[in-house]
Amino acid sequence: MDEVLLSRWQFAITTVYHFLFVPITLGLAFFIAMLETWYVKTGEEKYRSLTQFWGKIFLVNFAMGVVTGIVQEFHFGMNWSEYARFMGDVFGAPLAMEALTAFFLESTFLGIWLFGWDKLSKKVHALCIWIVAFSSSLSAFWIIVANSFMQNPVGFAIQNGRAEMVDFVSLITNPYAASMYVHTWTSALATAGVLIVAVCAYQILAGRHTEMFKSCMKGGLVVAMVGLLSVMGTGHMQAQMIHDYQPMKSAATEAIWDTVDPAPFYLTAEIDEEEGKNDGGIKVDGALSALLYNKFEGEVVGMNQLQAEYVEKYGEGNYIPEVSALFWSFRAMVIAGSVMMAVVGLAFLAMLFGRLERYSLLLRGLIMMLPLPFIANSCGWFVTEGGRQPWIVYGLQKVADAVSPNLTTTEIWISMVGFTLVYAALIVAALWIVMKHIKTFGMTEEAKKGASLWN
Amino acid sequence: MELNVIWFVLVAVLFIGFFFLEGFDYGVGMLVKLLGRDDTERGMLIRTIGPVWDGNEVWMITAGGAMFAAFPHVYATMFSGFYLALFVLLLALIMRGVAFEFRGQDKSPAWRNFWEWSIFFGSAVPALLWGVAVANLIAGVPINEKMIYVGTFFDLLTPYTLVTGVAFLLVFLYHGSAFVTLKVVEPLAGRARDMALYAGGLALFAAIACLGLTALYTDAMTSAPALIAFVLAAILLVLSYLCMLFDVCKKAFIFSSLSIAMLTVGFFAGLFPRLMVSSLNPEWSLTIYNAASTPYTLKIMTIAAVCLVPIVLAYQIWTYWVFRKRVTPFDDAHY
Repeated sequence: MDEVLLSRWQFAITTVYHFLFVPITLGLAFFIAMLETWYVKTGEEKYRSLTQFWGKIFLVNFAMGVVTGIVQEFHFGMNWSEYARFMGDVFGAPLAMEALTAFFLESTFLGIWLFGWDKLSKKVHALCIWIVAFSSSLSAFWIIVANSFMQNPVGFAIQNGRAEMVDFVSLITNPYAASMYVHTWTSALATAGVLIVAVCAYQILAGRHTEMFKSCMKGGLVVAMVGLLSVMGTGHMQAQMIHDYQPMKSAATEAIWDTVDPAPFYLTAEIDEEEGKNDGGIKVDGALSALLYNKFEGEVVGMNQLQAEYVEKYGEGNYIPEVSALFWSFRAMVIAGSVMMAVVGLAFLAMLFGRLERYSLLLRGLIMMLPLPFIANSCGWFVTEGGRQPWIVYGLQKVADAVSPNLTTTEIWISMVGFTLVYAALIVAALWIVMKHIKTFGMTEEAKKGASLWN
Repeated sequence: MELNVIWFVLVAVLFIGFFFLEGFDYGVGMLVKLLGRDDTERGMLIRTIGPVWDGNEVWMITAGGAMFAAFPHVYATMFSGFYLALFVLLLALIMRGVAFEFRGQDKSPAWRNFWEWSIFFGSAVPALLWGVAVANLIAGVPINEKMIYVGTFFDLLTPYTLVTGVAFLLVFLYHGSAFVTLKVVEPLAGRARDMALYAGGLALFAAIACLGLTALYTDAMTSAPALIAFVLAAILLVLSYLCMLFDVCKKAFIFSSLSIAMLTVGFFAGLFPRLMVSSLNPEWSLTIYNAASTPYTLKIMTIAAVCLVPIVLAYQIWTYWVFRKRVTPFDDAHY
């Protein structure tokens, strides 16, 4: 493999690792803040216990998020130095703003929150976790602003051989960023919601602190419902946005090779990337136009036509991303979302009728769903980033021109294998810690020793 | 003042904050294994920085982010050039970051031992590497006319850079020991002071060696402000050591903090107006002019930094005030 491909793999691997933890941080922080606020208001011990129960899980997750995130910031310089040179004037600013406005707040107040149970008044203590929740969402905003510049560059001019920022306000009010932010943020809420209900279901089935986790289940189901419904709604908006700003990504995700009106939605497709056509597939006529234009007509420009247009505009080259991979990733994301919606919706109804605890199958279903939000999130990012290829910044710089010129494949192999293995080992350790915590929560030290973690 | 100069100063300020705060964090991290005799003591040592270490580490992240925003070419050249060194640095920081959280989650000695060593190496390795990095910036590395690093990993390891690395490590160990004398109860505090006297002696020796070699291998001392800052750094370190000797630990810590600040000022003043020196041709060095962002970006970032850094300082100082009491073996706290 060459330096470009290896660097892409490395960035993809560390990003996927990072984004396993980020959505939990974003969503769970607000849930914990609400639990603690409830504790402050009612004074009921059960909410304090729940705050601490989730607090520990949050913390292990947060630590993993921090140590995977720090590598991201370094990567831009380490593996993508030509990108940093060309885009640094624009792209560096949101990263620096993220550190200044969000990272400081987040880590400082999390430290106070963790160690401050006995040192602060209840209200100030609860305020600390609200600040953590707010600042983690703020940090997500800055990084989405940075990413949106790569998708839909705005507020810049190409001068002196690089992209230079000319309008900071339009950089942060990039319409692409607004749409992407709400989709990412609601997906985080859905992820946290699904995690909460899965853990609650697990505890209820095992008969551990049943009363406490029954109340928690109610809150969790509300979070999961709100999250899933809104992630679908914002996803719909996001798809229309992508069609407007990145027609190639949109066409590739839907396997539309040639311009068509009204456009069909392919449920499955036999994609022939060599020939640039589909050999068959199950399609719903007009459905894609309906999704993109909210009516059963509307033109969707095909990849073959876009390719010709881009060759004229940007010169020779292949501007079609990996169609099959995008097509199936998108469908995997949608299916995962729909399955979650169905199971959580059923559980929500059962809860409204006060019968959830009786349906152990439904509770098991909630547990089984736990991998789905992570699969959906990773697939979503794959479509976002994979669909941008061959560009690192849409229309301005290609990925192949962005890689550090001085790196050897050996160096990249060393760091890629190193990070991958260390992260994998740490995830195993983190899962072990969280499982142990779930199973032994509230036990005395003596009882913990006897508790088995493996059944 | 010109925006480029302001940003040079701001980056220097961020590095001063980073070396001062992470300096004692790294020191405490090493002391967990060097000073803690049993599980309780090691837990106490970790708790001295427990609430603050993550916020302190953000100074480094921010310094990196600020460099990206203000001097993207420095960020690009340094991070791609020091590739394997940064890989090792990142591995150390990864292990250290999770170790603080993971260590307390199980009581088995093997589990704790593993994470304590992670904290030890996760603190010692970055301390050493940052010293090596700073020395390389000022001594010069092979950078070509396109601002691209053309050396190898081993070009970064010279006697001068390694001595500077060791000096950073020992100064931070001393600084951390001084911090611990203020943050824990006896008898651990007394032993921290003994450790400070050992580490401080070695640190003095290494710091003098580092400054001597800096005069020999770099042109830093030709700058009067750098020379003054380095001399002050040395005097302050001696003063700190004398205070420690006479058991005035608080003053010892204040002086060690000031010494680290002056040491950082010295290196930056010696670099000015350069940020990375090219050993191939002085013309190819990265400076605050040829490596900078546009005045527009610098202006936006200046406004942000001038508004936000004081706020950050205020709430970080508040944190230290909340946790001002000495750590005892009986605290019922997290970790």
